[in-house]
Amino acid sequence: MTTFIIRRLILLLPVLLGITFITFIMTRLLPGDPCFAVMGEKATVAQCEEYSQRQGLNDPLLVQFVHYLNNIAHGDFGQSLRNNRQITDIVMERLPMTLEVAIGATLFSTTFGILLGIVSAVKRNSIIDVVTMMIANVGVSMPVFWLGLVLAYVFALTFKGTPLWIPPSGRLTSGLSIPPLVETFNLQNLSGPMLTLVTFASNTVTFNALITGNFKVLRDALWHLILPCVAVGTIPLSIIARMTRSSLLEVLGQDYIRTARAKGLGLRVVIIKHALRNAMLPIVTIVGLSIGGLLSGAPLTETVFSLPGMGTQLITSILSRDYTVVQAFTVIIALIFVTINLIVDLSYVFLDPRIRLQ
Amino acid sequence: MKTLNSTKLLKQASQRTPFQNVLHRITRHRSAQVGFLILGFMIAMAILAPVLAPFGPIKVLTDVKVRAPPCIHWLGCPADKPEHIFGVDGNRRDLLSRIIFGSRLSLVIGMASATFAILAGVILGALAGFIGGWFDNLIMRLMDVLLAFPSLILAIAIVAVLGSGLINVLLAVSIVAIPVYARVVRASVLQVKEQDFVSASRALGASSFGLLINHVMPNALTPLIVQGTLGIASAILDSAALSFLGLGAPPPTPEWGLMLGEERNSVFNAPHLVFIPGIAIMLTVLAFNLIGDGLRDALDPRLVHGG
Repeated sequence: MTTFIIRRLILLLPVLLGITFITFIMTRLLPGDPCFAVMGEKATVAQCEEYSQRQGLNDPLLVQFVHYLNNIAHGDFGQSLRNNRQITDIVMERLPMTLEVAIGATLFSTTFGILLGIVSAVKRNSIIDVVTMMIANVGVSMPVFWLGLVLAYVFALTFKGTPLWIPPSGRLTSGLSIPPLVETFNLQNLSGPMLTLVTFASNTVTFNALITGNFKVLRDALWHLILPCVAVGTIPLSIIARMTRSSLLEVLGQDYIRTARAKGLGLRVVIIKHALRNAMLPIVTIVGLSIGGLLSGAPLTETVFSLPGMGTQLITSILSRDYTVVQAFTVIIALIFVTINLIVDLSYVFLDPRIRLQ
Repeated sequence: MKTLNSTKLLKQASQRTPFQNVLHRITRHRSAQVGFLILGFMIAMAILAPVLAPFGPIKVLTDVKVRAPPCIHWLGCPADKPEHIFGVDGNRRDLLSRIIFGSRLSLVIGMASATFAILAGVILGALAGFIGGWFDNLIMRLMDVLLAFPSLILAIAIVAVLGSGLINVLLAVSIVAIPVYARVVRASVLQVKEQDFVSASRALGASSFGLLINHVMPNALTPLIVQGTLGIASAILDSAALSFLGLGAPPPTPEWGLMLGEERNSVFNAPHLVFIPGIAIMLTVLAFNLIGDGLRDALDPRLVHGG
């Protein structure tokens, strides 16, 4: 078990190195002198020289890369080129929103995906099965930004004035806000990593509202999360439903299922206790992979629903040529993705004891 | 074999070549039929665009209101108003004409980027498989790293470096797709390399390139075709997404993603401008997904019998 985890972690090292190297190299490949990209076309040669010296751009590439790695390892992603803010601060401000949507969408897609998959597998070739699989097929072909806009139209305009009305954009109803945790708990003397952590928790509006007991804000925040989560969650839902169906169908054909049924166990028990557990491995893999899809979709959904997350910041930064932010955000999103894949791999050990023995 | 051929059906099946078998299965595959139908429609639309489109795709009209809703005479729209089946967009251009011309871009981008990705993937995978050793390690680790990024995020980052524009989007979308193909080809190179007949043909003087063409590619062809078809679907989706974000085709290009992105803020007062381009994207992507599924079923060797 431990060896499995250690081996998996060691295998991760070259990938991590590769991710950081690729993103590092990308910013060096930018057309033209990086200095002009940063300081604008009007910068003088002397200004440029001074800038390059200060940023260590005159060092050999390898030295620069080691420097960069060292900084990342210390949680220092440098400064934004546009407003001189620490990128770590920007991330702490933006990441919570993206994670809230990702977690909500994962809950939505996994719950309903597995449920629909089970129903389709058990009632194979029934109307429910055919319709579910048709929707699943269309679901994977849908552009997530289009679905988001359609949902916004339906729930914010068509249902206007009914209880089904759902806000189409933003994080909280305007006028509503929540005080940062630093103020609520009088933590002004915090600094360093602890402060970063508290800021992160504080910016996670749902979490902040939950622990401070501000249920009005919590309800409003969750209300605003519904449409984005459904929009990003629909494609994974389709994939999970299809995977659950086919994986379950395979298991349902096994002898031990027939035995379980023959000894008098109810269909429900057999499905949940015997079949689903054995069908779980591919489902977990797909759930893990689809979280990557959720992160991919972040720039799109956040743009559609005007949410202050990593995605909208990434696009703004690209359009304003703020390369350090783009670089840092790409690395961070990739790191999150790699971590999720790691968790998925490790979860196999619990789901399938045979892997532990290998 | 004779006894097996007792039924007429089996007789027919055994007389077909493998290619005919696949063709037979794919044309009978329900979802592939739907896929081919939609794709045929899209291709016809792309080819006949100048004939079908009532207006030029970037022609600004003067006699209509901005974002006018669809006006179809046959459905009761007053005859004195000009007919615009899909309505008019924010720059007073006929949406139908733009949708029709947009099919050209989507199809070309989808197929071109999938082709590029397959070519690059085949070359890299074959080199990795044949050369082996450190080179193999280097290439495949690089592929692992590319796969470690969520695909659209990597594509966005690449466009950020290359600059926006259709060609760069095409490049970004295909770079992101390369690892899948490289893995498929490498796996089948490794599989073929170990076999005796390959050592024999090597001894007879066959070159690596000859081996690649004669022995590796036939093995890798099935997964490549299936992956390639599904790859076209995701390429179309991804490039539309990049254009939607303003990183792809520059205005006034009739690109579906861009059209949707330009009008996304008017979804509440002119929903047709958002809904229709989205449906066009979805149908095209759906067509390739359905055909891909059909091809997978038709080409699956486990289902092949009689041939």
